Amino acid sequence: MSIIRAEEVSYEYEQIDENGEIAGTYKAIDHVNIEVEPGQFIAILGHNGSGKSTFAKHINALLLPSEGTVWVDQKDTKNPDTFWEVRKTAGMVFQNPDNQIIGTVVEEDVGFGPENLGVPTEEIWKRVEESLRSVGMLEYRNQSPNKLSGGQKQRVAIAGVVAMEPKCIVLDEPTAMLDPNGRKEVLEAVRDLQKRKNVTVILITHFMEEVIDADKVFVMDHGQVVMEGKPKEIFSQVDTLKHYRLDVPQVTLLAWELRKNGLDIPLGILREEELVEAICRLD
Amino acid sequence: MIRDITIGQYYPARSILHRLDPRVKLVSTFLYLISLFIFQSISGYIIVTIFLGVVVSLSKVPLSYIMRGLKPILILLLVTICFNLFLTRTGSVLFSIGFVKITEGGLRSAVYMGIRLIYLIIGSSLMTFTTTPNELTDGIEKLFKPLQKIKVPVHEVAMIMAIALRFIPILLDETDKIMKAQIARGADLESGNLFQKAKAMIPILVPLFISAFRRATDLAMAMESRGYHGGEGRTKMKPLAYKKRDYYAYLIMLFYVVVIFVIGRYYPLRIWIF
Repeated sequence: MSIIRAEEVSYEYEQIDENGEIAGTYKAIDHVNIEVEPGQFIAILGHNGSGKSTFAKHINALLLPSEGTVWVDQKDTKNPDTFWEVRKTAGMVFQNPDNQIIGTVVEEDVGFGPENLGVPTEEIWKRVEESLRSVGMLEYRNQSPNKLSGGQKQRVAIAGVVAMEPKCIVLDEPTAMLDPNGRKEVLEAVRDLQKRKNVTVILITHFMEEVIDADKVFVMDHGQVVMEGKPKEIFSQVDTLKHYRLDVPQVTLLAWELRKNGLDIPLGILREEELVEAICRLD
Repeated sequence: MIRDITIGQYYPARSILHRLDPRVKLVSTFLYLISLFIFQSISGYIIVTIFLGVVVSLSKVPLSYIMRGLKPILILLLVTICFNLFLTRTGSVLFSIGFVKITEGGLRSAVYMGIRLIYLIIGSSLMTFTTTPNELTDGIEKLFKPLQKIKVPVHEVAMIMAIALRFIPILLDETDKIMKAQIARGADLESGNLFQKAKAMIPILVPLFISAFRRATDLAMAMESRGYHGGEGRTKMKPLAYKKRDYYAYLIMLFYVVVIFVIGRYYPLRIWIF
């Protein structure tokens, strides 16, 4: 049973001219079919303007498809009766850490989601503590979010979503505004969650390094899903990726160049160790 | 310089004042503000000073931090004092050069007004230092709950306040950044007369507004995705419930108001002209 199923989903933005009239439409996503199994770590890759963020907002019912249907945990996002349940099932973390933290104290922010869901007070406290611990931010619970680093803020934002106990977390470019250290912190927290709590993770990104561990990768371009498969399969097609203006990880690129120049190195190398091993095996 | 503004900011510490119910603090601050204006004598000020001193030391907020909050109102303070000093013409003349005359009444009201303003800022900022904005808005929401019956959107107003307070430091940071960016491109913010200076603010305000709107959209989306749908059906992480100490605080406050009313009014202490 899939947790998220998108069938022939399209979304059109209306372009409004100066007089407030509709001047035309722009298809941000175009007949997208994506299916995600519970507990998976899914990555959606794409260049700017590829429609990946627009798609992410469909999973949370922030946007409703112009055509097609999105089911989240068997519930149609267009159905107003299950609207809030969909949002409860799929939590969302956004790009800018500052613009998604509502509370002025870390723990109050994490408690915001459960408060909205009408969770009883003692339960909220339990959830807040647990979710802050799960992202390693428990010691900052009484601090002001303004004093935290970008990576820490983003971990708080993740905790805020975890506290709602969603079955699925969608992260919309959560590391785009972070430095490499912050990026690492956030990704580790996400991976840890997926493994320990068996939460489905959908990571939207344009950093290739972040998707190496994913169970499945979707590549989007101009609103369409153009590639899908395991990271190894995706990264074996360096030419195609370049065509979609995506950079492959350096190791993969090096391996690919070596192979192109006649060395016997397998396709789709993702980690340094793999490459080292492959080179050592050459004679 | 922009970071110096501490009014409305929370100062994390563990004190009895921090743990009081926000409603107590709101009501007390209100009573305190009124109390500043109901007397005209030294004895009243002595009591207020003692009271404020005790409260400040209880709050565990460093005095220097509180004083920093006074900086932004320095000009307002000076203007008020000057107006009172030079324009009040009652009592005998103490000092005069040409048309400038300082009278007894002027000096008195200048000093009183100055002290009142300072105490007013200290008192009210003490409330925000010891109360997180969320608590504060919870307090307001609960205090004004009865107004909901006559269709006042109490929850919404409280939420707006909470968000505004949360974004003050972020927008200040942003203003700083925009200012630097514009200065780097040769914008002149310092020279010229008042009118030119005001005009020079436009290239700062426009981007600030745009980014504020963008942030607002983002935040609205984040709130919605976290299930926010107004005040209905919401539970509280920190529900407000009066404890023993809150009732004591009310009693102390009541006692304070009575004392200051009686002593400040009926037992004025006169030293020189004050």
